Amino acid sequence: MIYREAGDFKTTYKADQETFPIRLDKVGFWLSVLIVVFVIPLFLNDYWEKAVFLPFFIYAIAAIGLNILTGYCGQVSLGTGGFMAVGAYSSYKLMTSFPNLDMFVVIICSGIVTAFVGILFGIPSLRIKGFYLAVATLASQFFLVWLFNKWEWTYNYSATGQITAPERDFLGVVVTGAYSAPWATYLFCFGFLFIFGWMARNLVRGHIGRSWMAIRDMDIAAEIIGVNPLKAKLSAFAISSFYIGVAGALYFSVWLGAAEPTEAFSIDKSFDVLFMIIIGGLGSMTGSIIGAAFIVLLPVVFKTVLVGLLGWPTDIAEFTQIILIGSLIIFFLIKEPHGIAALWRTLKQKLRLWPFPY
Amino acid sequence: MKKTILTAMSAFLISSAVPAAAELVFPLLSYRTGAYAPNGIPIADGFSDYLTLINERDGGIGGEKIKMIECETAYNTEKGVECYESTKGQGSLVYWPLSTGITYQLIPKVTADGIPLHTMGYGRTSAANGKVFSHVFNFPGTYWDAASIITKHMMDVEGGSLKGKKIALVHHNSAYGKEPIRTFEVLAEKHGFEFITLPVDHPGQEQKSTWLQVRKERPDFVTMWGWGVMNQVAIKEAASIRFPMDRFIGVWWSSNEGDVLPAGDGATGYKAIALHNTGTDFDIYKDLEKHVISKGLAAGAGDHVGEVLYNRGFMQGALVVEAARTAQKIHGVANITPAMMRDGMEALKIDQARWAEMGLANYAADINVTCENHGGPGLGAIQQWNASTQKWTMITDFVAADRSVVDPLIMADSAAYAAENNISERCN
Repeated sequence: MIYREAGDFKTTYKADQETFPIRLDKVGFWLSVLIVVFVIPLFLNDYWEKAVFLPFFIYAIAAIGLNILTGYCGQVSLGTGGFMAVGAYSSYKLMTSFPNLDMFVVIICSGIVTAFVGILFGIPSLRIKGFYLAVATLASQFFLVWLFNKWEWTYNYSATGQITAPERDFLGVVVTGAYSAPWATYLFCFGFLFIFGWMARNLVRGHIGRSWMAIRDMDIAAEIIGVNPLKAKLSAFAISSFYIGVAGALYFSVWLGAAEPTEAFSIDKSFDVLFMIIIGGLGSMTGSIIGAAFIVLLPVVFKTVLVGLLGWPTDIAEFTQIILIGSLIIFFLIKEPHGIAALWRTLKQKLRLWPFPY
Repeated sequence: MKKTILTAMSAFLISSAVPAAAELVFPLLSYRTGAYAPNGIPIADGFSDYLTLINERDGGIGGEKIKMIECETAYNTEKGVECYESTKGQGSLVYWPLSTGITYQLIPKVTADGIPLHTMGYGRTSAANGKVFSHVFNFPGTYWDAASIITKHMMDVEGGSLKGKKIALVHHNSAYGKEPIRTFEVLAEKHGFEFITLPVDHPGQEQKSTWLQVRKERPDFVTMWGWGVMNQVAIKEAASIRFPMDRFIGVWWSSNEGDVLPAGDGATGYKAIALHNTGTDFDIYKDLEKHVISKGLAAGAGDHVGEVLYNRGFMQGALVVEAARTAQKIHGVANITPAMMRDGMEALKIDQARWAEMGLANYAADINVTCENHGGPGLGAIQQWNASTQKWTMITDFVAADRSVVDPLIMADSAAYAAENNISERCN
């Protein structure tokens, strides 16, 4: 009764292959996008921008990137933090070396630099798989953080190794630095999420995505039927690193404004993004976004409820929040090992038939 | 209309209740969890208890009660930004995040939002130049002052000259730990000693390789810029390789009881630079006992009273409260705004008579903040630990840093920041 699908027929192949074939879903999606773009910025203040929406958008982009690599192509990677660092430092060098460059170009170029670095660290994947590849990418994580600590050119020879984002603009609107308006940074990051989410969705449904999934499912069989493993794996690393680099560049330049490599891009960051896609759902775009919301927003919600509403002391609240999140992760993974996206899919199937059970 | 919706939503959505109109809000960005909690807890307790004391004993500052909002940052930059954004709308007068990482984040933000940032003895050292950093203060001293004073003490121990000696800096591998490196390099050139750095990665529990290197390099002195768990591990490791403890000098953030107690007797002789005097021999402790501790209003578990970092919390509390008083005097109102608070901080003067009035006689040096100098006076003394008496003793007086080394470095770094961010000099 909720999904009224009667009369919704597809008459062209193009219509049949839409991402949201059911009309209610399509309407709901576009309505949400309209609300996000036009309604929320009117009510946005610094807190909601900096503590809720920007982290959510940025980690969603990173999660989509890692999902392409781990969820769709099956290459386990623990180098996400290091790649975000590459994105951040490239954007810093571009912003300081070319002060007149538009932020959109800076972010895209940072992504491209990260893509090249990703290809470099993806070469081991042609020989090793599974846990061993995870260890090789772990090496990339530690190496890249070490590099940005040691290579002074990357932080412009500053005494402390901290990088600070100078004020730059996108089409005349300031999006970095302390004087950027909340709605500007919000729309800037959402724009990236929307465009790259769309592209990722189409990539994974197309030729390249299917070659990734073939490699994931059984790479020897894929090779036998003609999928080029070198192209598939390296393209997965390249595109995934591009997304993660974009996320890292936005993280540094638009959201936080300053970063130091050991704290901001440590192994914890890699684990966080990996947990996002595992909880959200491997191999699912919705899963990346849900996972990002879970890991990024739930702690803030719990803290606000425990400290703000209930008035608990801050350390008890922090420990409780860690325990609660951990328990929720265990609960969701037991209930649905394929992630929350799979739960959502099942729910939608049931909703389509509701109130009938089958 | 938009403003009303905005304020209504923020009031509803952001944690604590909107404060009553007549209240001075002091946010406390603390970390009672994580690897840095061993040092974060005593300072937070000290600050908290000092503000409670002012409320209980004096009824607030100038008749306005103090409201303290605590927010847990776990020494994490993202949480620090979230805490800043959630508390700034509630009339917060001054921020002190106790984390150099969070400080670097907040410096441009506080300047844009008009709220002063007080990073006493930490943060970005070049913020001592008030001409460039209008909203950032690091009085009573900075890292580069500490580096210079420690070097002076080392010279005294060596009988006046450090030529040909080797000095190692064991530091936390972050902006905090890297801050003094440039100053030490300049001092190494000036005094002719060899300077080596030994970084320790967060959280600093694995230091066996670092101290093996110390044993190999055999430096004449080791100085430490550590924080949290790293401090105690370093001191334990130094004791286990039998490094002469009287040649091991920590910065004022590596000087707490919690850092030396785990090493037991092996820590005897460990030195650290001090921003203020140690112990509980101050009149304020009598007031504290009467108004706060016996009434059960002490913060946390109340087990850090009297520690070096607890006293540091007092200093932080005393400085911001006095600055608020100064602001009230300058502007003639009791309910000050953050902009007025900034003016109060810039005009802050505390002499020995005033320290004594506050119950802290013989506690610290005179404070004299001016528009150009946000980092003065830059004095420090050396304290030494005795594990058998479990007490710190001051073995030198408060001495000044080598301003001919530190000041040019401050000017150069602040000029670079001003150039990068298009800031024109003020105070002219």
